[in-house]
Amino acid sequence: MHATQVERLATAAREGGAERDGLAVDHGDDGFRFSIPAEGVDEDGLTEADLDRLAREYPDYVTNFAVWTRDRAAADAAFLRWAERADELSVPERYDRLREGAARTWGEVRVAVLLDEDGERRYDLRHEDDAGVPTGDLDRYDDPLDARSLVKTDDDGRYRPLKAAPSLPHGWVFPDLDGRAAAETVEYVYPATIANWHLENEGELDVDHWRETMERQSGIYGVVKTWDRGEGHEHVNWVAEACCDDSQCLKRREWQYDEKTDLDVDGGDGVFPCREPCSLVVSAARKWTRLEAETERTYEFTLTPSEKEQVEAVIDAVADGRTRDIREADVKDPANRYRTRFLRAKRFDGAGNLSGTPTDEE
Amino acid sequence: MQALVIVAHGSHLNPDSSTPTYTHADTVREAGVFDEVRTAFWKEEPHFREVLRTLESDEVFVVPLFVSEGYFTEQVIPRELRLDGFDVEQWDSDGTSADSTTLSATDVAGKTVHYCGPAGTHDAMTDVIVRRAESVTGDPDVGPGFGLAVVGHGTERNENSAKAIRYHTERIRDLDRFDEVRDLYMDEDPEVDDVTEFFESDDVVVVPLFIADGYHTQEDIPEDMGLTDDHRTGWDTPTEVDGTRIWYAGAVGTEELMADVVLERARDAGADVGDAVERVREATRRAGAD
Repeated sequence: MHATQVERLATAAREGGAERDGLAVDHGDDGFRFSIPAEGVDEDGLTEADLDRLAREYPDYVTNFAVWTRDRAAADAAFLRWAERADELSVPERYDRLREGAARTWGEVRVAVLLDEDGERRYDLRHEDDAGVPTGDLDRYDDPLDARSLVKTDDDGRYRPLKAAPSLPHGWVFPDLDGRAAAETVEYVYPATIANWHLENEGELDVDHWRETMERQSGIYGVVKTWDRGEGHEHVNWVAEACCDDSQCLKRREWQYDEKTDLDVDGGDGVFPCREPCSLVVSAARKWTRLEAETERTYEFTLTPSEKEQVEAVIDAVADGRTRDIREADVKDPANRYRTRFLRAKRFDGAGNLSGTPTDEE
Repeated sequence: MQALVIVAHGSHLNPDSSTPTYTHADTVREAGVFDEVRTAFWKEEPHFREVLRTLESDEVFVVPLFVSEGYFTEQVIPRELRLDGFDVEQWDSDGTSADSTTLSATDVAGKTVHYCGPAGTHDAMTDVIVRRAESVTGDPDVGPGFGLAVVGHGTERNENSAKAIRYHTERIRDLDRFDEVRDLYMDEDPEVDDVTEFFESDDVVVVPLFIADGYHTQEDIPEDMGLTDDHRTGWDTPTEVDGTRIWYAGAVGTEELMADVVLERARDAGADVGDAVERVREATRRAGAD
């Protein structure tokens, strides 16, 4: 604790009273009144020297007051208080945890709150999987803007068009940020998530459901409107299952088919909400609108039971992004590359038709 | 507090699409005249829909990093930002003269949004095209003995796209700096494929009026002009084609001076930018000369 933190408390007390997280100080005709009900403290008629003495007895409350009465954007302040569970835990519980190195996870980002000797917060941001990695073994960054290029690609260098996809790269750390820089870094990793999460907490999140979002589309995306033909919303369930599952996106889907019609698939467990179908969903929906306009046809394919199961396993492997995990020589796995090449060699004709069955009728 | 928001297209497929937007935002940020500088995209995040709510400032200047007026500046961006009562007539534009209009946005309470015309049609864009010619030739005095081609997408989808190309072409011609100046197009006559037929000069600088490098500027145009048979193998600058040395510049939007156009758009709309325009012009010149 340093002197300016006590001064801050005294000034606030004189300017109409100070209250934060269980500490209350005000100033009247007979001096200061200092109370922390949870600690059984309630002293009145205090001089400035008395106030200083009490502040030194309960420094965590005083530094906490100084930190959380600083001028900040409301959403950022809410996020930083979330990071240390300021609205859930008492000051002593919280400070104990912070001294032990408490952290929370926002998407895949681990947000650790560090406490210096004056109770000022510093923040350590890294991939949650890198929690136990010594800081010196990670690539260090100090400028929030660096987060933009960091999150552009995954660990394999592949472009991440969806920021909330669970493919955040590893190996980096912002070990020593102040609160503003921590919130800014999160803004680059998961844009607008703090703003929308805060609106949700305030009961003000504006959700745009599927119908209204698609109705708004124009240009090449206008066609998506025609996908809804008054035949229910099963297709939107499939979209949500394909794109919005936690395995694909860490936002918690709050949008439904429309105001009155919920989708049947789960919205996920993400910390921050998804308030409308994103541009990737709209683009994919445009493609599906065209594909789903096709009329179904009955084809006849000849497969052994194992081959049928193999086709299913290959689809699963691609859909779950598992292909790279299948070991080269693991021919027991039906989606193994050699197994799949064998199936193709046996069952495709020269034109690439499964079982020699043409796609279009001759 | 005042904020600058640069809005751009972005891409689901091309990781470099957003790079110039970030670069110019950083240049403006370093100039230190806006309390907040943000970027937002049609295809990336934050999306146009959600950028205003991330701002603290109550005065917001929105500059589209697009080359021409049209579908995006007139329909998509105002709709997605939820600009209340936007009407394209407010710009009173002839296709290249949109400056700015002041509105509120239903997405956020209490903010004033100054919605600007696209960077690509601002007069200062002419200087960026010339600066691009200087950068690609490495000659700050390039001009005499050189032809300059300004390349656009084409007029098929939007007549304003060609208007913007012609506007800058005429302005550069009026400078009397290059021996010849022509507008060429990807999809229409006069076509960029036949670039050497339209110039008599031995040296021709070709500057595509595109915001970001991508398929058109790095694959299509170089192959069509005959700089290379296969874009993956690259090309030399200059490359001799039919006896003419072609100095191919790539997307003009990647030129650092673009940040100045963004600033000027905001200044024209009433932003307090101090002497940042002059400072950015100087700083990007030094950077370009490196």
